[in-house]
Amino acid sequence: MIENKLQTGEAYLNMDMLRFTTAGSVDDGKSTLIGRLLYDSKSIFEDQMEAIEKTSKSSGEEEVNLALLTDGLQAEREQKITIDVAYRYFATPKRKFIIADTPGHTQYTRNMVTGASTADLAIILVDASKGLLTQSRRHAFISSLLRIPHLVVAINKMDLVDYDEKVFDKIVSDFKEFSHKLDISDITFIPISALKGDNVVDKSDNTDWYNGSTLLHHLENVKVDAGENIRDFRLPVQYVIRPNRNFRGFSGQVASGHVRPGDEVKVLPSGLTTKVKEIVTRDGNLEAAFTGDSITLTMEDEIDISRGDMIVRKNNVPTVRNEFEAYICWMNEKAMGLNKQYILQHTSRTVQVFVEDLFYRINVDTLSREQAEKLDLNEIGRVKLKTSLPLFFDPYQINQKTGSFIIIDPASNVTVGAGMIRAGSTVAKESGQTISEKLISPNVIWEPWNIPREEREKRNGHKAKVFWFTGISGAGKSTIARELEKKLWNEGKRTMLLDGDQVRHGLNGDLGFSPKDRAENIRRVGQVARLFFEHGNIVLCTFVSPYVKDREAVKAMFPEETDFIEIHVTCSPDTAKKRDPKGLYKKAEKGEISGLTGFDSEHESPKNPDLIINTDSLSVEEAVNEIYKLFE
Amino acid sequence: MTSLKKHSHLKHLEDEAIYIMREVAAQFDRPVLLFSGGKDSIVMFHLALKAFYPGKVPFPLMHVDTGHNFPETIEFRDQLVEKYGVELIVGSVQESIDNGRVEEETGPDASRNALQTVTLLDTLKKHQVDAALGGGRRDEEKARAKERFFSHRDVFGQWDPKNQRPELWNLYNGRKKPGENFRVFPISNWTEMDVWQYIAQEEIEIPSIYFAHERKVFNRRGVWLADTEFVNKMNDEEVETRTVRFRTIGDATCTGAVESEASNLEDIIQEVASARETERGTRHDDKRSETAMEDRKKQGYF
Repeated sequence: MIENKLQTGEAYLNMDMLRFTTAGSVDDGKSTLIGRLLYDSKSIFEDQMEAIEKTSKSSGEEEVNLALLTDGLQAEREQKITIDVAYRYFATPKRKFIIADTPGHTQYTRNMVTGASTADLAIILVDASKGLLTQSRRHAFISSLLRIPHLVVAINKMDLVDYDEKVFDKIVSDFKEFSHKLDISDITFIPISALKGDNVVDKSDNTDWYNGSTLLHHLENVKVDAGENIRDFRLPVQYVIRPNRNFRGFSGQVASGHVRPGDEVKVLPSGLTTKVKEIVTRDGNLEAAFTGDSITLTMEDEIDISRGDMIVRKNNVPTVRNEFEAYICWMNEKAMGLNKQYILQHTSRTVQVFVEDLFYRINVDTLSREQAEKLDLNEIGRVKLKTSLPLFFDPYQINQKTGSFIIIDPASNVTVGAGMIRAGSTVAKESGQTISEKLISPNVIWEPWNIPREEREKRNGHKAKVFWFTGISGAGKSTIARELEKKLWNEGKRTMLLDGDQVRHGLNGDLGFSPKDRAENIRRVGQVARLFFEHGNIVLCTFVSPYVKDREAVKAMFPEETDFIEIHVTCSPDTAKKRDPKGLYKKAEKGEISGLTGFDSEHESPKNPDLIINTDSLSVEEAVNEIYKLFE
Repeated sequence: MTSLKKHSHLKHLEDEAIYIMREVAAQFDRPVLLFSGGKDSIVMFHLALKAFYPGKVPFPLMHVDTGHNFPETIEFRDQLVEKYGVELIVGSVQESIDNGRVEEETGPDASRNALQTVTLLDTLKKHQVDAALGGGRRDEEKARAKERFFSHRDVFGQWDPKNQRPELWNLYNGRKKPGENFRVFPISNWTEMDVWQYIAQEEIEIPSIYFAHERKVFNRRGVWLADTEFVNKMNDEEVETRTVRFRTIGDATCTGAVESEASNLEDIIQEVASARETERGTRHDDKRSETAMEDRKKQGYF
């Protein structure tokens, strides 16, 4: 047990704080674990203990039910289940802890997302006697989606399996097999018995095969600010303080980065720039303010700034847009519908929002994507949103404060959804850390890139790019791309050309020409292009790719809008037929093949291509020059 | 000036509370700060001074006065109001009784604690308050552990614990229909120890009755109650003089004292660190039943 003595004086003032969330169902022993942590860290008072002893006795239980400590509401105690997220506090001489205790049964996703949104660490409880269940996978997925920096898998009830190392190892390997598909940077596995106290606070004699730390030791020593963005200064303005004509202060909590007097800053949305004059607090002016500080700034120039504006560094600005993509977790019985109007709250800004598109729903148990027309309670999906006014945002994965939002139903005023923005920003980001297919596709193994792309780009002396040539057979895609590649190669650039026929002979030899196979063909090509892109290449892709949807999906694999350049190569059907470089039109006319794009199957033109090349009127050389202009 | 360490947990808690207060000032038209004269509400006022410096605190204080106060508390309140030039709204339980809104309890355990709810709701309504900032903390009591920072109340001022709005990241939804209001708890994440440490660190003044002093008290079911005109003593209850202090300050009829020699903040902190009872352990109002707090909160209690 822990001595409470050190909790006073200077040591207490230097303590830091860890917020963690616990996930697991009633039967996993979650409440017992929390009770154990509170009890063994002497955070339970005598009167609390007396109260639960009384309740335990009256409901005929032999041992004191520590779980009763965390079941706060009358209905919860009667039904012996937890209904709502409850917050618990305890401290050791090292640290103060805030536990968001989330219930494990119905409405699970909603509650866990809520608890996870403020957590530095998540404990996922697995019952050793039952092995890894679907719900543990769900908890791991939500932890990864919400980007909780640390994950602890507490394999509980080890006493029921005789503290068998093999049982522990099996669960660890099962969990890893699943979790390596997710974007989780730090996972720790600990064998425990919450009921008996093994490896919770004190090291257990029953698990001499285990060399790691106890749960509490781990909680006390894990790095707390791992998820903080310390680079990009963002101050959403909450409130303007104007006590008299001579003072105008702009108040808010620093969402990320830091600021000092004299820093050149830009105010969004006006775009006006000025310098920070002072950082004012009641305890005196500060030399600098950091992430999390609640501060008030004064400016050198008198410019108009109000609530909902954002103060950022002049040369490091977030994305300013009113259309973006996001993951949404729906939290209300009334389903999310398309083209319905909601209210969106983001930083200190509140705007109207329309759900323009629902790309898919994620099955949180299998991680597969499912077609969906709506999102029901506890469902997570990827959507496209359009707001009445632009937001100033960064992708959630690089900045949780400026990448998160809530959705409010204007009729009931209730918070109905939680969102994480995934679209790119205009500033350089941590290399390789883009949310893309990796997070949700069980097919893609994700590891951060060893050498960041930015480093490769520096060495190569140019940016990596993807040029996507789409159009019917015979339009001239390959001919133009081949010439363009030679030109770039001769200039010393790193290039790669991916061609339809090439990949269909090898990588995609198993695929045909049905819409489904075409989609898969393009998806694989997109992933290959992404690999060459991350390697720093200018990647030229020539694919008929007739469907808008497939091309959009590829585009979404890249971190920035500007990374992917779509070129529509077009010509009249007669020209294409006349050229017929592969003899396909002749075969189609004879009826030997069907479904030829441009003959009996349609090519969907891009809505907003970066460039249209009409080869009826342009020569190959002219076409190459047109595209080359995009480099300048 | 006391320098706060960048990553100390008290700094985190202070930044969070200031953020919440500024959200309230920005999102609501007529907020008030509920002020009992107790340490939590004093810390709240201190945080409000910080949040809006160099401006004034942009909302009035509201005190729900049971009429059964310790004189030291009222004196402290009036001095604070004068020093900072802040507006004070008083809701009087006596007035509610006189107007027939509530009926005075009888018997030895008679208390005006429960009656406060009606006075509180009436006063909020009278002043068209749309957000009342309170010093409630989640560590105080098990029903409070499920309370939100922004806690929605319907037109009757009632709390519906099973139907609370989810609260994510630091995004607080204060949208409401006419007549509805919010209770907001900026120091939700603080513990009793945090509050005391913060008072010591910031050198915040608190009423004298928090420190050990001699007082005439009598023992009722293990709790030392102050001998005042407001409490009906039973025949076998004997008044004696003891050295005591108060861990919480509320209505004199239900707030018990603890025997203590702690005469300064350092002593108090030592005492809190080794305490084996929660601070509400001295509150008779919570001991009435297992769900006393939850029941009162649903009605619209603080």
